[in-house]
Amino acid sequence: MVKELVCVNCPLGCRLTVEVENDQVISVSGNSCPRGEEYAKSECIRPARILTTTVRIEGAIHRVLPVITEREIPLDMVMEAMDAVRGIHVKAPVKVGDVIAADLLGTGVNLVAARSMDRV
Amino acid sequence: MKKVQAIIIGGGSAGLSAAVTLKKNGIEDILVIEKDEEPGGILEQCIHNGFGLHTFKEQLSGPAYAERFIRMAEEQNVRILLNTMVTKLTADRVVEYVNPEEGTVQVQADAVILAVGCYERPRGGINITGTRPAGIYTAGQAQRYLNIDGYMVGKRVFILGSGDIGLIMARRMTLEGAKVVGVAELMPYSNGLPRNMKQCLEDFNIPLYLSHTVTEVFGKDRLEKIEMMEVDENRNPIPGTEQDIDVDTLLLSVGLIPENHLADQAGIKMDPSTKGPFVDDRYMTSVEGIFACGNGLHVHDLVDYVTLQAAKAAEGAVSYLQNGKPQGEPLRIQNGNQVSYCVPSQFYPQDPAEKVTVYFRVRTPLDKGTLVIRSGDKIIRSVKKRKLVPSVMEEALLLKKDMEGLTEPITIEIAEE
Ligand SMILES: Cc1cc2nc3c(=O)[nH]c(=O)nc-3n(C[C@H](O)[C@H](O)[C@H](O)COP(=O)(O)OP(=O)(O)OC[C@H]3O[C@@H](n4cnc5c(N)ncnc54)[C@H](O)[C@@H]3O)c2cc1C
Repeated sequence: MVKELVCVNCPLGCRLTVEVENDQVISVSGNSCPRGEEYAKSECIRPARILTTTVRIEGAIHRVLPVITEREIPLDMVMEAMDAVRGIHVKAPVKVGDVIAADLLGTGVNLVAARSMDRV
Repeated sequence: MKKVQAIIIGGGSAGLSAAVTLKKNGIEDILVIEKDEEPGGILEQCIHNGFGLHTFKEQLSGPAYAERFIRMAEEQNVRILLNTMVTKLTADRVVEYVNPEEGTVQVQADAVILAVGCYERPRGGINITGTRPAGIYTAGQAQRYLNIDGYMVGKRVFILGSGDIGLIMARRMTLEGAKVVGVAELMPYSNGLPRNMKQCLEDFNIPLYLSHTVTEVFGKDRLEKIEMMEVDENRNPIPGTEQDIDVDTLLLSVGLIPENHLADQAGIKMDPSTKGPFVDDRYMTSVEGIFACGNGLHVHDLVDYVTLQAAKAAEGAVSYLQNGKPQGEPLRIQNGNQVSYCVPSQFYPQDPAEKVTVYFRVRTPLDKGTLVIRSGDKIIRSVKKRKLVPSVMEEALLLKKDMEGLTEPITIEIAEE
């Protein structure tokens, strides 16, 4: 079977053609970087996405701090992950990359700060 | 009057990149002026990932990308005035700004770089009748409320326009627990990037209504419902296709326009196809010593290109500060078949820049076509292209030897098959 996908890794949005047989990816074409191939493989087995959202922060310039998963987590866990993240409150200062929630929902992926925020 | 070598108006990704480039080229006496309380610009509210894959070979969020440039600017000791609004720009490069500490100040600059970003087309810019209830926002406003101030603007949401901010907000509001009922797009194709169609709508089963628009809004104090209609090929609503949809929030994602107040004031010639200034191959506008870059020049979908282009504009300013204007008279780089705009739109055949990347967009989606760059009958280059869409900016490369000695304008066009 041949599948047509749009790579979501970056705004180039490469159109990928993926050959799949018995749940195995045989070939990927149309990608302009190795991430495209990885994406095609996971997309045909269990789609995964980077999750970005915000958590409450105290003592900083803004009321919320943007956060991001270090790697993709399964798409089917994204809503559950949002529920888990919703209760998190942090205090400034925070540095970009600081772990905000380790091993999110047992995925092995950390949720980290997407920027630094000083204490004000 | 105070004097500065170069003033950069706007401290977003374009302004920061321009500032760092000026410093690296030995222009020390520079000033960045930013109206917000922190530098970074629009990136600070774009908390989604997908930034910097080209510049850093990493998938960064908007704020993380901005932070890298803020650090670079700090390392180069770039002076940034925050909470400071530029209120006036003259053709002889007098910049007037206002802030709480200094009040109103005028500074004379040898070079000015406009890096002012863009604004969203408001409700007034489109045709929706009805009341004036609360609950109608531009997608970018809603994004700022949610991602910077931490407030949700509504629970049942409809989005008009398939621009990227609208698509990104469809996902964002869904993640935060809102029900996004649908997205209507006037055109028969999406205006957003293909990746956002996939990961923002399809991933969450949010329907996209192509060739549809919102024709009326209802509600006394708060929005209660909207009326959606299908449109014909001339974009006129088709009677009998009315459909009422109950929502408390309508987000408008119907286009971005370069911010052009200051450029207008300075008498800079504007390009009707980009709604930003005309610039030459050094990114200089029609007014000597004033340069433009970033979304204030033309709307970009990729921050990496903004960074690159702003660095080019800064190099143009360096060359101007050191050697003055290019030699000879400029010629146009113009839109040909299927090309809706190109930037830069002028070059100097007697004194061309080393290498010029011309950014352009196609008018309608094309499966295949050949990019043809020509000057009169002379074909400079032709390149086969696939899957051209208006939402994705394309590039055409011009080398010094391509431009040298030409006597006719350069046309960028797509030969259709
Ligand atoms: C919603 C959205 C989503 C995007 N998503 C992506 C993506 O996924 N990946 C990607 O690579 N790119 C993306 N982009 C594109 C990219 O982020 C932008 O094109 C880029 O950041 C624009 O930078 P800029 O410096 O030109 O404008 P801005 O960031 O808007 O900066 C302009 C600055 O100028 C200041 N300013 C304006 N007027 C004045 C004045 N008179 N006085 C003082 N200061 C002034 C403003 O306050 C602002 O800080 C997105 C853009 C938007 C809008």
